[in-house]
Amino acid sequence: MAVMTYAEAIRLAIREEMTKDPTLFMLGEDIGIRGGAFAVTTGLYKDFPNRIIDTPISENAIPAIAYGAAITGVKAIAEFMYADFSLLGIDHVINSAAKYRFMYGAQGTVPVVFRLPGGGGRQNGAQHSQCLEAMFSNIPGLKVVMPATPADAKGLLKAAINDYNPIAFIEHKAMYFDKGEVPEDPDYIVPIGKGVIRRAGTDITIVATAMNVTKSLKAAETLEQMGISAEVIDMRTIVPYDKELIFDSVKKTGRILVTHEAPTMYGIGGEIVAAVAKECFSYLDAPPQRVGSKFLPMPYNKTLETHVLPQIEDIVEAAKSAVEY
Amino acid sequence: METKEFYLQKYGLDTLLDMYRRMVLIRDFEENIKILYQNSLATGAMHLSVGEEACAVGACFALEERDKFVTYHRGHGHNIAKGADVGRMVAELMARKDGLCKGRSGSMHIFDASIGALGAQGIVGAQVPIACGIAFSGKLRGLDYVTASFFGDGASNNGAFHEGMNMAAIMNLPVVFICINNGWAVTTPVTYSVKAESIAIRAKAYGMEGVVVDGCNVLEVRDAVGKAVEKARTGGGPTLIELKAYRWYGHYVGDDTSRYRNPDDEKQARDTMDPIKIYSQWLLSNGLCGESDLREMEAQAKQIIEDANEFAMNSEQPSIEDMYAETYYIPEGGDVSWLS
Repeated sequence: MAVMTYAEAIRLAIREEMTKDPTLFMLGEDIGIRGGAFAVTTGLYKDFPNRIIDTPISENAIPAIAYGAAITGVKAIAEFMYADFSLLGIDHVINSAAKYRFMYGAQGTVPVVFRLPGGGGRQNGAQHSQCLEAMFSNIPGLKVVMPATPADAKGLLKAAINDYNPIAFIEHKAMYFDKGEVPEDPDYIVPIGKGVIRRAGTDITIVATAMNVTKSLKAAETLEQMGISAEVIDMRTIVPYDKELIFDSVKKTGRILVTHEAPTMYGIGGEIVAAVAKECFSYLDAPPQRVGSKFLPMPYNKTLETHVLPQIEDIVEAAKSAVEY
Repeated sequence: METKEFYLQKYGLDTLLDMYRRMVLIRDFEENIKILYQNSLATGAMHLSVGEEACAVGACFALEERDKFVTYHRGHGHNIAKGADVGRMVAELMARKDGLCKGRSGSMHIFDASIGALGAQGIVGAQVPIACGIAFSGKLRGLDYVTASFFGDGASNNGAFHEGMNMAAIMNLPVVFICINNGWAVTTPVTYSVKAESIAIRAKAYGMEGVVVDGCNVLEVRDAVGKAVEKARTGGGPTLIELKAYRWYGHYVGDDTSRYRNPDDEKQARDTMDPIKIYSQWLLSNGLCGESDLREMEAQAKQIIEDANEFAMNSEQPSIEDMYAETYYIPEGGDVSWLS
């Protein structure tokens, strides 16, 4: 184990995979000398000068090139500088990559990872802060991954690179400099489709993604002081997601709260809650709870931004109301 | 246009006649699809390439077997010209199991990895930057294939075109961009949508060579594309070739062109811009074949279409289970239960 940041863990995953596979390449804006907007790829261009490709500001062409290359036998990583910019190239994520295997009669695979730095809390404003996982998750053919720790950032990215399916790999910008222990084993992977219980509990199941895993763990500490034992599940991957882990937990606790940073309304929490309502109906002791952002674009002003984003106390309040129901 | 001797020496008589056969086959294929569609045997939307046979054959005959291409919704001819199995093409358009894409793609998204047909795009212009990726992949691995990207005049007005052209130029990729300017983007004439003197001239803005070629003359198309392919293969980078042709029919089967085109203009264009007539006259006037040879080659094409129809009619409906198994790549023993 080594202690490193979420950004360094991603870099390590890319370095290890590029070392292993001479056909893996990555392209994006300012990923060479600058190391990308968040210093994720710092130094990689020196070791892989022909495979770390700086592009012009061409967000339609970036995923298109990654896709075109991936269908011809190489592996590709396309970095969008911000997840929000992927909307300029979304055609190739949704219409090209996600449809490829199905539409063309399974004549090959698309080993491509679209790296998407998402999330708010940095006062980057409405066009640099979005959480777009619900949009990607509603597209058959895509897998959607959201690491919440440095170790998972490494392990999930390595799994994604070797999955041979198009992956929306959504990183949280505000976590890039969070530190954690990361296995140095070059074969370490975290399988796609498996969640993990980050904290065991008995009174309520809190299902969380990315930054909200951290917030949920803090909320669980507060809840503990109130005598409420919360079980916190980190989804890790949204498509596919670990239904059994969630159902088993809810059957034990009888209550569910889903929390993500994307707006609550129309968010993936609705999907999870619907599945739980169907599969665990007789186990439920309280109505399901959802805690996400307000249904507003992300503001610049710090006070306003804090209001829009889901906070630890919102999770505490929602969990408490479910337990007291 | 070079002399008969030049073409005989460069391509050989067999190939020159094969080009005629393939052009006739494409036209027969399209006319056949029209009939199938009118009889509800082919459904969805069918965009026919009648009038553009010289573009398809001239360009694809300039490609080697290992070369790749991406095309668009009006792409039947490109697949046939590169060697796609016509029976499996018809089966796909009739949505059958033995179709090239198992009845799941239809006309607009044909893909045939075996001939380097790496996907017709239903999204206009998408194939411009996608071709860059296909080309880059070869370059990365030291392979010397060339990638052709077919698109229409309409695509040259969208953003994907701009980004793809620029990327190909700055990365010096082995791509040949082939714009088939048939004069019409659905109901919008190119005279309205493009202010520049040509589409090819836009290449200059990317530091790329651009040429305008008579897209109704199969030999001129082949010469121009062949030159660009050679340049791309030897590290000279991309070229934009604008092929001027005419879309004989509506945007799709059933589109009434009288709403937006003058029938007299249409007739005149068909009379003067018939690539098959132009090529057959060239073959005859140069004594490369006789009338009876032409009729024989035309009869061969008809037979291929008849056989293709029979193959397609006998093909089963596609499998529902396959859809679940083939939306994602699933390693052996992998779980698909989460999809349903």
